[in-house]
Amino acid sequence: MSLDHATVRRIASLARIRVEEHEVETLRNELNGILGWIEQLNEVDITGIAPLTGAANMALALRADVVTDGGYPDKILANAPERIGDFYAVPKVVE
Amino acid sequence: MLTDLTIAEAREGLRAKDFSAVELTTAHLDAIDALNPRLNAFITVSHAAALEQARRADSALAAGTPRALTGIPLAIKDLFCTEGVRTTAGSKILGPFVPPYESTVTAQLLRDGAVFLGKANLDEFAMGSSNMTSAYGPVESPWKRRQDQAAVLVPGGSSGGSAAAVSARLAMGATGTDTGGSIRQPASYCGLVGMKPTYGRCSRWGVVAFASSLDHPGPFARTVRDTAILLGSMAGHDPKDSTSAFLPVPDFEAACARGVKGLRIGVPREYRADGMPSEIEALWQQGLNWLRAAGAEVVDVSLPHTKYGLATYYIVAPAEASSNLARYDGVRFGLRHDGEDLRDLYERTRAEGFGHEVRRRILIGTYVLSAGYYDAYYLRAQKIRALILKDFTEAFAQVDALLTPTAPSAAFAQGENMDDPVKMYLNDVFTVPANLAGVPAVSVPAGLDANGLPLGLQVIGKPFDEETLFAVAGAIEAAAGFAAVPEVRAGG
Repeated sequence: MSLDHATVRRIASLARIRVEEHEVETLRNELNGILGWIEQLNEVDITGIAPLTGAANMALALRADVVTDGGYPDKILANAPERIGDFYAVPKVVE
Repeated sequence: MLTDLTIAEAREGLRAKDFSAVELTTAHLDAIDALNPRLNAFITVSHAAALEQARRADSALAAGTPRALTGIPLAIKDLFCTEGVRTTAGSKILGPFVPPYESTVTAQLLRDGAVFLGKANLDEFAMGSSNMTSAYGPVESPWKRRQDQAAVLVPGGSSGGSAAAVSARLAMGATGTDTGGSIRQPASYCGLVGMKPTYGRCSRWGVVAFASSLDHPGPFARTVRDTAILLGSMAGHDPKDSTSAFLPVPDFEAACARGVKGLRIGVPREYRADGMPSEIEALWQQGLNWLRAAGAEVVDVSLPHTKYGLATYYIVAPAEASSNLARYDGVRFGLRHDGEDLRDLYERTRAEGFGHEVRRRILIGTYVLSAGYYDAYYLRAQKIRALILKDFTEAFAQVDALLTPTAPSAAFAQGENMDDPVKMYLNDVFTVPANLAGVPAVSVPAGLDANGLPLGLQVIGKPFDEETLFAVAGAIEAAAGFAAVPEVRAGG
């Protein structure tokens, strides 16, 4: 599978990364290079194999459903580029 | 020179009051001031905080209450969140970020009395094998090619700053993270011991996430024993990481001198890469001979899916990265680039904040997870990942550990392997399978190439059997007698 110009733009849009028009062709070539190399996986017989989602071969532990952290909005908001009171501030979304 | 001591020696010296923790830390800070402008191993140097920690260490020593790492100066990869100390992940997007919390691993090192000299440089978001993708500039390896002194070599990556710092004697040890080889490959390039423990052995809490199912925090040091001392402090169950193993921490240090008598060491035939330099092949054979001489039995084994490891990794890791890095949106922390509306703010912030390699991986990850392609790429990769784990499980039914080269070459020069992303990825061909399977692996310096550059051997072990890895690495270290030092180093 080879990505075309429109697909590169669509992926960038899904990933919320602005890509300038002059960057698309370079990106397209790089991505196609990587995807072409990945094609080798098609030769592996995966019939009947269950997918492995992670390396931790263990059951997830249960914990008590209680609040153990929090209550320090100033610490949380200390790194916010913009805040209003105890809230993150963003450009107006709804007119 | 205080900066030449091992951690074990410094621990003795501090307890015997041969020197103080302040003297030891000052010697390292002076070395950093002298050499960091050239090596760029640290993004942030914490002079005042380090000296304050050293003074506290001296108080503990005076009171007769030292802990495992009291007064030992370390470098911390700038991927571990450190409370009140800027943590960049090597990215512009986290340039202004000062964490209000401490990662579990670094909190445990502080609990044990360690001194943090500063935050070590790395490839952006730990994505790279050369430290060339850092937004804070590349790291220069302290090692030089004998026949080509002008060439500036890479320290490897992604934990390149950690490796350069420990190698150049700017720190006695360091933390790193290893998602596809990011501890072991730089350890090999810089003549250090570097361990990626079992997945779940060290908590990932407070470590900036790249690919959560593949990220492994671990230590770097100049000796096997020092590496074991550091891992002993970094490891342990953490309720804040749901994948953290509920297991006690063994005495890793004691395991280093255990020896290899009676151990069965596997040689995976698929690790004979095409075009691998003959000196690496020869060193590998030498390593096997050392282990035989020390009483181990060497057994041929097969890991048939090895060749698919890298391509599998380059689906799984970018997929997880695209998801993890979605959090950098310019709203809650980090860089912000204002836009016409919220969506434009996101897109401009992420375009400005992420470097090329990170953007490329996010786009690959977004694509392989997107509707219509998920099964063809991501699901297939997860199934091949299962086959790679099965290879290891079957091999470990026959042997106690595997011995392989760590990397297919010695360190390369800055600018080399940059023209093609896939070429750069090939550096990790021998290290990636252990990340996919979650099994522990260590790189130990074993010799030099014709240019005088370090080459490492990798020992891969059974899940949660780091002790056997320390035993095998200890035997290789003793037999190799690796005593080479880099050209650029404190007092050098």
